[in-house]
Amino acid sequence: MTLAASASAAKSIRRPGRARTVRVAGGQGFWGDDPEAPVRQVEGGDIDYLMLDYLAEVTMSIMRKQMSRDPRAGYARDFVPLMERVLPACVERGIGVVTNAGGVNPEGCAAAVAEAGRRAGAGGRARIGVVTGDDLMDRLDELLDSGHPLENMETGRPLADIRDRVRSANAYLGARPIVAALAGGASVVVTGRSTDTALTYAPLAHEFGWARDAWDALASGVVAGHVNECGAQASGGNCSAEWWDIPDLARVGFPIIEASPDGSFVVTKHPGSGGVVNLRTVKEQLLYELGDPTTYITPDVVADFTTIRLEDAGTNRVRVRGVRGRPPTSSLKVSVAYSAGYKAVGTLVYAWPDAAAKARAAAGILRERLDRLGLCFDRVLVELVGWDSTHGHLAGEPPADLPEVQLRVGVRGADRAAVERFTREIAPLVLTGPPAVTGFAGGRPRVQEIVAYWPALIDRRVVEPGVAVETVEV
Amino acid sequence: MAKVRLLELAHARSGDKGDTANVGLIVWDEEDYPIILKAVTPERVKKHFKDLVKGPVERFRLDNLHAVNFLLHGALDGGGTVSLMTDAQGKVFSTALLRMKIEVPDEVAERVRGRGRYPRADAGGPP
Repeated sequence: MTLAASASAAKSIRRPGRARTVRVAGGQGFWGDDPEAPVRQVEGGDIDYLMLDYLAEVTMSIMRKQMSRDPRAGYARDFVPLMERVLPACVERGIGVVTNAGGVNPEGCAAAVAEAGRRAGAGGRARIGVVTGDDLMDRLDELLDSGHPLENMETGRPLADIRDRVRSANAYLGARPIVAALAGGASVVVTGRSTDTALTYAPLAHEFGWARDAWDALASGVVAGHVNECGAQASGGNCSAEWWDIPDLARVGFPIIEASPDGSFVVTKHPGSGGVVNLRTVKEQLLYELGDPTTYITPDVVADFTTIRLEDAGTNRVRVRGVRGRPPTSSLKVSVAYSAGYKAVGTLVYAWPDAAAKARAAAGILRERLDRLGLCFDRVLVELVGWDSTHGHLAGEPPADLPEVQLRVGVRGADRAAVERFTREIAPLVLTGPPAVTGFAGGRPRVQEIVAYWPALIDRRVVEPGVAVETVEV
Repeated sequence: MAKVRLLELAHARSGDKGDTANVGLIVWDEEDYPIILKAVTPERVKKHFKDLVKGPVERFRLDNLHAVNFLLHGALDGGGTVSLMTDAQGKVFSTALLRMKIEVPDEVAERVRGRGRYPRADAGGPP
């Protein structure tokens, strides 16, 4: 790792190793989350850091496509107008911002944010740290040639199978480069493919001066990151526990991690905000997208979620302590996106009476027509939205008096022309199939290229030397 | 003994990792945790989902949270962007699991009856 902070670097925004509690606010759970949420987090009360997670597994390939059209693109654009709104307040109050909005172009993102910061009147008062080195796209052949097969973690297949269809390849970086950027005086840190959790615990590691082998503190930070990384899912959103009693979701408060030097923390939210933080909302989020709870692997530590101790610490406050961690593995996870064929989904709505029977008959007619056309697909899926599209056979048989149902047919295959032909077979069913059908006004279904996800592991020693931290003056 | 739905004993959240859906199942009352452990085995869950889950079902205990985590492999038609499913991200496997009916002692059934359902369901929706 190289740290290219200049000698004139501003002092770290806080004093590492001396802070008592540090408040890290979650501001975005994904690219497309509530755009007002980070503003509410900054304006709603005291926080020390704002963390913003923009990257889902295949987002990088979308950004790479954008960058190929415009070399200044390739990052989460929404982050720039957001910074224009909140950066002056963040600078004023010493709030640090940590985000993976950089996508495949963290430098471009930082440049745009610097410009936005100057427009907003924060010029000369902020430094942006930029973390790079996660992008392996230009190194792929070199890596494959030097004995890194990047096998698919699920199927075991070598990457060579799909090498010519790869669209992006990024290693998940951990907290260290972010900590280096903060230590170098950055008040905004923009990364590419960092782990979601690192965006929360890197500021804690920096503030509390955690050693690299402070396994328990780091593991606690990972748990904090997991709670924080999906926005309002920790504070009453998408909560199956008596959702009707969760107040004021229209103004839902996003989670805030209030951490202590040993890593233990309280999950809370701003006073007066909507939603709720309680044992149920926190437990649901802890279990979200969890694998083996004893082995939650990150680049910095392996956390054991079975050691978490939860405690009700008052209204909208849940205390988390006792988390145990152990050293990380010798690998980093790599997320590869590759082109994997085409798909299209068409829909029609059938009305009472016998809505489901008519929809099924229409699906049968459609399939026969596709067969007669000689079209081959890897997969054809028929669902009845309003009956079985979410719970399948568990929904049982639909009643004859079902008021309406949406027929939803999807196809997938390597042949774009076949998928294209399918999209022309939906509307004709309106005049050539069962009656009482409507809902076709949207036109032909769109053919989508499938950009699939290929998870792999790589020896961390070949990635970490390429990781760099630079700073950009605002 | 009486039959109740899991919905009356637990709440749940689900999500995805590739072609695998996970369902975190959390009991409403800690005292019911042993019932869940005994009744909601991976074999039982696999049988419940039938062809909705093509691969194996794994179960992990989180005794500290009075919760269990299920991994449903091969549940998402390839997952993520590949999947043709409405629920490509496995968001509603949670309530699909909560449909399961299990046998509990009568006094438990009496205590939990009606839990997990919108209490004003007759009205058709929130006011």
